[in-house]
Amino acid sequence: MPRASTRRLVAGRGRYVDDIPAKGEVYAAFLRSPHAHAAFEVVNISAAAAIPGVVRVLTAEDIDPVCPPWKCVLRNAPDLQSPEQRPLARRQAVFQGEPIALVVAQSRAIAEDALELIEVEWSERPAAISLEAAAMPDAVPAHENLKSNICWRFEHRSGDPDKAFADAEHVVQRRLVFARKTGVPLEPRGILASYDPSTNALTVHVSHQMPHQFQLHLAELLGMSPLDVRVICSDIGGAFGIKMHVYPEEVAVCAASRILGRPVKFIADRVESLSSDVHAREHIVEARMAVNTSGMITAIDVDDIQGLGAYSVYPRSSTAEAMSALRAVGGPYRFDNYHALLRSVLQNKVMTGQYRSVGHPVAAAITEALVEDAAAVRGEDSIVFRQRNFLPTEAMPWVSPMGARMIDLSHHACLERMLTLVDYPRLRQEIDTWRQEGRIVGLGLASFVEFTATGAEAYGRAHVPVSSLDGVMLTMEPTGEVRAQCSASEIGQGIQQGLAQIIADAVGVRADKVRVALGDTAASPHGGGAWSSRGAAITGETAWTAGRKLRNELLNVAAAMLQTTAASLDLRDGRILAADTGAERIAIGDVARTAIFHPYDLPTGTNAQMSVSHTWGRDADPFLPTNGVQASLVEIDPISGLVRPLRHWVVEDCGRIINPLLVDEQIRGGVVQGIGEALYEICRYTEDGQYGSGTLADYLLPMAADMPDIVVAHVETPYSGSQLGAKGAGEAGTCGAPAAVLNAVNDALRPFSGRIDAMPISPVDVLRALGKLPAKAGA
Amino acid sequence: MKPPRFDYLRPQTLAEAVELLDRHGGDAAILAGGQSLMPMLNLRVAQPAVLIDINAVPELDRIGRSGDRLSIGGRARHNDVFRSAEVAQAAPLLTVALEHVAHEAIRNRGTLGGSLALADPAAELPACMVCLDAEIVTASVKGERRIPAGAFFQGLYTTTLEPNEILARVDVPAAGTDWRFGFDEVARRRGDFAMAGVAVAVREESKAVAECRISLLGVEMSPRRMEAVEMCLLDAPLGTAANIVAAQSALRDTLEPIEGSEIPPEYRIQIAHELLARVIRAMAAPVSGKRTH
Repeated sequence: MPRASTRRLVAGRGRYVDDIPAKGEVYAAFLRSPHAHAAFEVVNISAAAAIPGVVRVLTAEDIDPVCPPWKCVLRNAPDLQSPEQRPLARRQAVFQGEPIALVVAQSRAIAEDALELIEVEWSERPAAISLEAAAMPDAVPAHENLKSNICWRFEHRSGDPDKAFADAEHVVQRRLVFARKTGVPLEPRGILASYDPSTNALTVHVSHQMPHQFQLHLAELLGMSPLDVRVICSDIGGAFGIKMHVYPEEVAVCAASRILGRPVKFIADRVESLSSDVHAREHIVEARMAVNTSGMITAIDVDDIQGLGAYSVYPRSSTAEAMSALRAVGGPYRFDNYHALLRSVLQNKVMTGQYRSVGHPVAAAITEALVEDAAAVRGEDSIVFRQRNFLPTEAMPWVSPMGARMIDLSHHACLERMLTLVDYPRLRQEIDTWRQEGRIVGLGLASFVEFTATGAEAYGRAHVPVSSLDGVMLTMEPTGEVRAQCSASEIGQGIQQGLAQIIADAVGVRADKVRVALGDTAASPHGGGAWSSRGAAITGETAWTAGRKLRNELLNVAAAMLQTTAASLDLRDGRILAADTGAERIAIGDVARTAIFHPYDLPTGTNAQMSVSHTWGRDADPFLPTNGVQASLVEIDPISGLVRPLRHWVVEDCGRIINPLLVDEQIRGGVVQGIGEALYEICRYTEDGQYGSGTLADYLLPMAADMPDIVVAHVETPYSGSQLGAKGAGEAGTCGAPAAVLNAVNDALRPFSGRIDAMPISPVDVLRALGKLPAKAGA
Repeated sequence: MKPPRFDYLRPQTLAEAVELLDRHGGDAAILAGGQSLMPMLNLRVAQPAVLIDINAVPELDRIGRSGDRLSIGGRARHNDVFRSAEVAQAAPLLTVALEHVAHEAIRNRGTLGGSLALADPAAELPACMVCLDAEIVTASVKGERRIPAGAFFQGLYTTTLEPNEILARVDVPAAGTDWRFGFDEVARRRGDFAMAGVAVAVREESKAVAECRISLLGVEMSPRRMEAVEMCLLDAPLGTAANIVAAQSALRDTLEPIEGSEIPPEYRIQIAHELLARVIRAMAAPVSGKRTH
């Protein structure tokens, strides 16, 4: 079923932040540090302020009195050291692009003219840029007076990994390098902040994934009550995780509106988006796997160095990416001994943070590369190796070495489905034939576990105010139609449609009789918004229960009207039916009208509730694990080393599917971002920290013409702990695609000398692996 | 990403345009398709005081043949050149190369003159004009100036176009039936600027190569004739194994590739070397069908 909003959105009738006007609005532009690391002094703003049309030039001197700095603190990780961050940097800039001054003017163009006239004295400092260099003990510090750039160290050991490695029949190991990338939503970050001094109230339209979280942070930073801060997220043109943080620019704009007492708008342009949205990934991982004589995985050892950028992102922390990776390593397999070491490193670069499938693609790439290597040393097909080592259904629930409760997973079933889908023996034969013809072709598989629909403990124990609960409020209109207010966020993924369908089914009306409103803190109950693929699993479950409550109310009224019992009635398709015969008794609109306009016709004390609400969050299972398998068929151009994906397959288990079309769209979009991660996307910095990927000519996105057909199939294993049984689906595509492509490329390279261990996969490295270019010096 | 302030002028005739250009010279930029200029303005990389919009000047987009000369106006859109039957007949190299130029929306606006005047080392059309031995015709208040394409491109984003000159048109010698052309390039994604590309033109007499012109794109700072390579192909049938090896070897000795860490020079040399063979073989044994990457 296509989503109801499709027509409006494709007709260009979407309402994004920049489409929303406010009377008297003025426009902000930021002066940004041209240096990766420098001390500075803003020495003169008078020329900038004198340009006609400039309303105000603001620096940290102006903003600091109305907004204190913030700092990423996790109570359950007290050793995490992240420096204070401000809306506008004060005297020290720690990454190129960090905002240091703000011009508010009658137009963005005038504001940009004024930026050029602000006089700043810079004193450059040495910068910590490359991950390897920044992690060294004697590294240049990313901040003044920083003792070490390693701001968080985590070590986990379960079982006896040392013994397992010592006893192993085979040990395979890899060093994999994952570059920085970013989310690139179609709509950049943007905010319209309107402070009304007469009511001391702030109304904010913002392109953000979680309006309630943002409302709390703004209220806290600006010293206001959340009752006076209204955050509205209208249409959001994609987010992918980069719109779930507190950014200096958004806070500075709110502070500016407070200072000026008028609406201020800031829309990041593409250069600003690429150079100031959180980046993601950036890991160097050394990993080993121990395998015993029976071909069983006995231990995994992972050493991850992760780049954080200049700050650990507020409030959720940049370390979540790596912690998520460590939790998901070895995900599909049963193994008892695990050692993981993480060092998170501050650098003079943009912050890294949560991005679609947080950490999981790294875990999947590591695990599945090791699985291929282990199968190869044993001389067997990696499919056999996987089947032997998968966590079997009968062993679940099972707690993984990192403490994740593995339930309701379907590894064997998904792989079986995949082998049928790709027609595995025939495809392998075809590949052999192509290879005999001189083509360089490879097939790669990747099994994965993705933890979705995060529960309260993940952030609760860190004392980070992130809601994993949702609220749903339903109101019966006198016409028999249902109005819903939900705390999920529509960011393009289609949850608005999914919720309408769930509520419709729960109440017993058609989906087009339900209107779902989202994204306004003044209208919807407090709740989590859009992150961690939580919409169907958490908001959906809440909506189901709310819908059943409303249905019961309607049945009670109908029973009173018909002088029968609610149990003898059914409600379907907007009609009250006799439960036994299915005979139509009365329309839902008549029931609603009676309850609202003619309550005197009902028995005294009926007091039917025509609006109901429900709040729900999972008590058990901090995460809902999901699983799947992806396969990638690629061809390498022998001349250029360019990798062309020929076909991609996904078999995925997200539990109960509410809307197959939306789920498949999510999977496909996720796969495309995963292929981007594997082949194209990289945020480059020069050695002195100059950002080199600031336009879409430099930052290569996967384009439609270069993408393969993506075949999607499902296995449905409902979550056993909820009524709906839905789990997260939004990130699974991104989770497994890079691993599948990497394995496919290395399968294609198998007849040659080299191997690829870095993503995105560079055609230069591929030519080296083919032996057509000499190996890199020092490699 | 908003442009700095500039004055905007929209001349209605070529005479008026060159007059304005003469007055503003180095302070002015010519706006034709705007596919490179507008991003440069928005990024404030270019900050001209005056923008002279030549989109209202008649005739500047004319494509026409007179005798053995094909003339293409400086403001001819890429897609108009791409779809022109006269171009396909008289300069088929351009038709083949234009398929690689960016994307549909960009080809609808971007112009031949804009591409040549910008002289991006990875652009297709400058290399093609060198390979076609075309003449760039400029206009100024002093009249016309004709510059052989080989002398027009001077280096990275550098040409011999004077600040008071408009690139009015390009004159291309119309190819006879004895000419054959080949073009191929390697780009990271479809429509991207090339990491290396090769354009080849040969004229055959009694089944032997009598004339040969080869130029590259994306490899060196600026397109030029690869004379040492061309020599290897002369006086023999096109595509003999020995000649291809000789040409590849000459190419390696000749190239002065663009430096860079992401795409190291040895990579550009390697793919240019392989592309040269691929293009020559394809010309020698033309098969119907699409390019292979």
